[in-house]
Amino acid sequence: MTDSKYFTTTKKGEIFELKAELNSDKKEKKKEAVKKVIASMTVGKDVSALFPDVVNCMQTDNLELKKLVYLYLMNYAKSQPDMAIMAVNTFVKDCEDPNPLIRALAVRTMGCIRVDKITEYLCEPLRKCLKDEDPYVRKTAAVCVAKLHDINAQLVEDQGFLDTLKDLISDSNPMVVANAVAALSEIAESHPSSNLLDLNPQSINKLLTALNECTEWGQIFILDCLANYTPKDDREAQSICERVTPRLSHANSAVVLSAVKVLMKFMEMLSKDLDYYGTLLKKLAPPLVTLLSAEPELQYVALRNINLIVQKRPEILKHEMKVFFVKYNDPIYVKLEKLDIMIRLASQANIAQVLAELKEYATEVDVDFVRKAVRAIGRCAIKVEQSAERCVSTLLDLIQTKVNYVVQEAIVVIKDIFRKYPNKYESVIATLCENLDSLDEPEARAAMIWIVGEYAERIDNADELLESFLEGFHDESTQVQLQLLTAIVKLFLKKPTETQELVQQVLSLATQDSDNPDLRDRGYIYWRLLSTDPVAAKEVVLAEKPLISEETDLIEPTLLDELICYIGTLASVYHKPPSAFVEGGRGVVHKSLPPRTASNESVESPETAPAGAPSNEQPDVIPTQGDLLGDLLNLDLGPPVSGPPLATSSVQMGAVDLLGGGLDSLIGGPNFVAPPAAAVPANLGAPMGSGLSDLFDLTSGVGTLSGSYVAPKAVWLPAMKAKGLEISGTFTRQVGSISMDLQLTNKALQVMTDFAIQFNRNSFGLAPAAPLQVHAPLSPNQSVEISLPLNTVGSVMKMEPLNNLQVAVKNNIDVFYFSTLYPLHILFVEDGKMDRQMFLATWKDIPNENEAQFQIRDCPLNAAVPEVSSARSVPTRVPGL
Amino acid sequence: MIHSLFLINCSGDIFLEKHWKSVVSQSVCDYFFEAQEKAADVENVPPVISTPHHYLISIYRDKLFFVSVIQTEVPPLFVIEFLHRVADTFQDYFGECSEAAIKDNVVIVYELLEEMLDNGFPLATESNILKELIKPPTILRSVVNSITGSSNVGDTLPTGQLSNIPWRRAGVKYTNNEAYFDVVEEIDAIIDKSGSTVFAEIQGVIDACIKLSGMPDLSLSFMNPRLLDDVSFHPCIRFKRWESERVLSFIPPDGNFRLISYRVSSQKYVDGSTRICHHISVCWVELTFPCFMLTVGYLNSSLLPLAMAHEETRKNCLVAIPVYVKHSISFKENSSCGRFDVTIGPKQNMGKTIEGVTVTVHMPKVVLNMNLTPTQGSYTFDPVTKVLTWDVGKITPQKLPSLKGLVNLQSGAPKPEENPSLNIQFKIQQLAISGLKVNRLDMYGEKYKPFKGVKYVTKAGKFQVRT
Repeated sequence: MTDSKYFTTTKKGEIFELKAELNSDKKEKKKEAVKKVIASMTVGKDVSALFPDVVNCMQTDNLELKKLVYLYLMNYAKSQPDMAIMAVNTFVKDCEDPNPLIRALAVRTMGCIRVDKITEYLCEPLRKCLKDEDPYVRKTAAVCVAKLHDINAQLVEDQGFLDTLKDLISDSNPMVVANAVAALSEIAESHPSSNLLDLNPQSINKLLTALNECTEWGQIFILDCLANYTPKDDREAQSICERVTPRLSHANSAVVLSAVKVLMKFMEMLSKDLDYYGTLLKKLAPPLVTLLSAEPELQYVALRNINLIVQKRPEILKHEMKVFFVKYNDPIYVKLEKLDIMIRLASQANIAQVLAELKEYATEVDVDFVRKAVRAIGRCAIKVEQSAERCVSTLLDLIQTKVNYVVQEAIVVIKDIFRKYPNKYESVIATLCENLDSLDEPEARAAMIWIVGEYAERIDNADELLESFLEGFHDESTQVQLQLLTAIVKLFLKKPTETQELVQQVLSLATQDSDNPDLRDRGYIYWRLLSTDPVAAKEVVLAEKPLISEETDLIEPTLLDELICYIGTLASVYHKPPSAFVEGGRGVVHKSLPPRTASNESVESPETAPAGAPSNEQPDVIPTQGDLLGDLLNLDLGPPVSGPPLATSSVQMGAVDLLGGGLDSLIGGPNFVAPPAAAVPANLGAPMGSGLSDLFDLTSGVGTLSGSYVAPKAVWLPAMKAKGLEISGTFTRQVGSISMDLQLTNKALQVMTDFAIQFNRNSFGLAPAAPLQVHAPLSPNQSVEISLPLNTVGSVMKMEPLNNLQVAVKNNIDVFYFSTLYPLHILFVEDGKMDRQMFLATWKDIPNENEAQFQIRDCPLNAAVPEVSSARSVPTRVPGL
Repeated sequence: MIHSLFLINCSGDIFLEKHWKSVVSQSVCDYFFEAQEKAADVENVPPVISTPHHYLISIYRDKLFFVSVIQTEVPPLFVIEFLHRVADTFQDYFGECSEAAIKDNVVIVYELLEEMLDNGFPLATESNILKELIKPPTILRSVVNSITGSSNVGDTLPTGQLSNIPWRRAGVKYTNNEAYFDVVEEIDAIIDKSGSTVFAEIQGVIDACIKLSGMPDLSLSFMNPRLLDDVSFHPCIRFKRWESERVLSFIPPDGNFRLISYRVSSQKYVDGSTRICHHISVCWVELTFPCFMLTVGYLNSSLLPLAMAHEETRKNCLVAIPVYVKHSISFKENSSCGRFDVTIGPKQNMGKTIEGVTVTVHMPKVVLNMNLTPTQGSYTFDPVTKVLTWDVGKITPQKLPSLKGLVNLQSGAPKPEENPSLNIQFKIQQLAISGLKVNRLDMYGEKYKPFKGVKYVTKAGKFQVRT
């Protein structure tokens, strides 16, 4: 006899059958029927049609049947509010029952029935139950106030329940106290301004007494509440700490972490010279370590919190490095967190062990983990100076393994090591150069190019190396292109005689053949810089770079302090203040650590931290490649030169006749193809026309009849990945029809034929409306423009992101795949205008739960104006160059 | 607080849902399934997932996912602990925590969930109290219920609910009064290629089975309590007594429960004091209760590890490693085979027999098959999961067990980069490897004389040997 029988259905329609059984005279049959109803409910079936029949069973002495009916009521009362009233009488009667269990059950269930009409009837019984002689009823009633508040906050305030609840904090029974605290905390969360939990030394004392005697869950509520209190001086802080420390030995890890939060916060007030301070520090380590022997889910949360604690007070766990060593069968989310903490704890004393471990991890199977381990080695080198040499040699060992992704990660971190310890480890460059061909990830390529450019004078064939990268310039990612541009300019400044051709080539590639404004801007700036004042160029481009700091990706201190107040909460898992992610308009009070000085001032004021602090950006001390010379763009380049630079002052630059010969020949050299007018600002027309064409397209595009904006073509499939076929394209919408404008370029040495295209299923069912028509075979170095009409009748599948489109293109050589994002506006219909009534009706049809509301703050209505003008300023700035 | 709970099986069916506030649609689980897909392995699903309107906090237990839905800021550990408690309760009630068991008892499950949480606040989670409110299913009871029409829902307030000792019910009666303690220690260790210990610590627990009538007040003392400085206690233990006298004093719950768990690490603490208890060797306290399991090798087992610890203090290692492994696993370059040779032997085993030895190895993906010969025990290799399991059995020092042979690799595939780690399981009876010893158990508050006993066992926990 198991409950699975309740799931079996009969032929005659389940609901009908159940209805008959529920109205049966036999008690036993009724109970069985209710059980069947509950069983259907548990699997999410809708049995709300049986509401009146089930409620009829409520009048019974059988407690089990009563409980089952209550279970049903809680689930369905909301959908049948009028019927639910039928149940009220029974509830009111049950609240008078001599059995406390039944009184409590009635008040508890009533609170769960989220129907406005019922709440009115609930008030009287609830008031009685809050003052019930039996603590079990009182503690149940305390939670019920929180439930009622959730349904109707005003009612709770009007009825004075909040005051009754506050009185319960002084109740003689610890369980009642704990539940009152829990209820008040929950209510306070939706009322951040109200002073519900008005904590004073007396109430704190009561809480601490209850703490020792209540259940583990109650302890969590009380500890979380204590953490919001600010002791008036260090003595009070110490006495609270003393009474909270025993909780560190609790078997429930949530209790332990809540206790850690209280201690970490109040410790801030203790003087470091105090003996007690040292004792406390020592007491904190073992419980934190113990958390790591629990289930992996608990470990994960614990590790996220330990990560904060280690940043705030590294001394607590500095001797516990080994517990963070990774076991091969740890879940990946635990592994990555452990690794992060290992680096934070790395010091001169333990670096040898850490490195040996990291090296071990670098041979594991999991690619993500291996990558992070290799990065970690680099971070160790930057953090612990004495270990740098060992780290570099470990990295070299790893490069010898020739495992592709290991090599690439190693090169990225070695670049950072060079920036931290210049002129120390350059001997390894030769080894790095050996692996040049195997690099296929943009970050690694960019790092390698940076190294070659930075140390060009020590690498004999630097020009050859960079030239080899330049061949596929257009196929590279922006990161690599920018880096390549900078590296070649550096090379030119270091070895001007041999590399004029190269620099000319890269400048023209960057300024004329590229659609990327960053690249063009940087190209122009270098060009101008080189042509106006090579000395300045040298000073700027080859300037000594600031050393990168060891404080890599630490959490910003004010944010860290705030997060310490949120230990054990979701905020601590995400490392973001609750204001950054907590739902809804509920304002969140910013918490801050109490000041060390023993003052009477309240520090709990919400003003201490700026509202919506955008501080979750970590100070990124290692600049990404894009930034290495990014600040160049902000340089004031001095008064614009209005004519061709004729100043001969630069001739003084030794033998290098940069302007007379160097740059002039650079411009008018034999290999010169298109006159780069940009070099001569007088001829501004050309670069504006080419370089800024897309900007003008944008404006003209808006004005055209076709209506929608057309993004410039972007390279979707670089030739390198598609055996020489390069595809760039964009999407357009013209008078109701969508099309995909493609440009196919053959960069291979053989003729391409037999083109075909196919889309994967996507969010909006985009599909080609006609086959891909390429009439003539595409011969090498030829390109063809095609407009492929699209429709939206294909099969639909939700993509991530929503506007992702996966495309397969076939030709006589192979099938290639790429994915692209289409702008959503191509899907918008032109006749989308709706009349007011229609719009409002449609709006109402959207279910409430799909509606999200949020407030945009600090947004003055005229904000749009500067926005526009700054956008406009772009075209005016460039001619000024 | 906890809003809703969904139970999901491995094939992704939601087979039970419970809502403590308003009803949340099942579709919220789609975010969970998405994360599950990304994680590839069920164990790698991240425990905290954020969705646009909710947070999903989940645990993976007994091939089931317990996914809870959270709407407000709430301590995730609290949720995870609670979910584990729910799983424990199912285990306790139905003997196993499986989809079948839950479906078979769905009404009881629903009643339990309702009793454990009210509006997202935990209500009654102690098994003692729950069992008074809702009786666990037994065949006898269901027969009786169907005849008498009575139910398995208790209709009086559980006595423990409000007392200061919520974990114990009143009016417990036994004809045989017994109190048994199991000291179980697990060694977590990472041993590196060369056989030296990278990391080792002992995770110990004392599980109790107490069947005593009335309200007994127990005190348990140790020969060497100073070993225990990193402990987690059952709520019944009086912390003050422990702090001042290093005695565990408590009124026990009825039945089986975990009294304490503790950790003994290989490291010295900040103050530089090693955790060696010198007093042990000089004091010999007479055992007042009959320890049947305790008689053999008392001297050996308590003194030896400590003596050893003393020797190795400078290397600050307190954790004895009872086995050693000799291994050579190699793959030849440009050939589709490799060699596998593993030998296991006793080391620091305090003269006890090491039994129940199993070696598990996750071989690299390119391994097709293995052709091995064990000198003892039997082995299996699962070509799908690439897991090699060698069931060794007992280690006899005269003839060390070994497993040797050839590894067949996928032809043409590159030589595997990673070296597999060996996972070792073993068991040593009548020994607590940390050297922890129960001294005596005293009972106050009741007049009768109980049977008392202590059993020690050491096991391998996460014991890994890198190759």
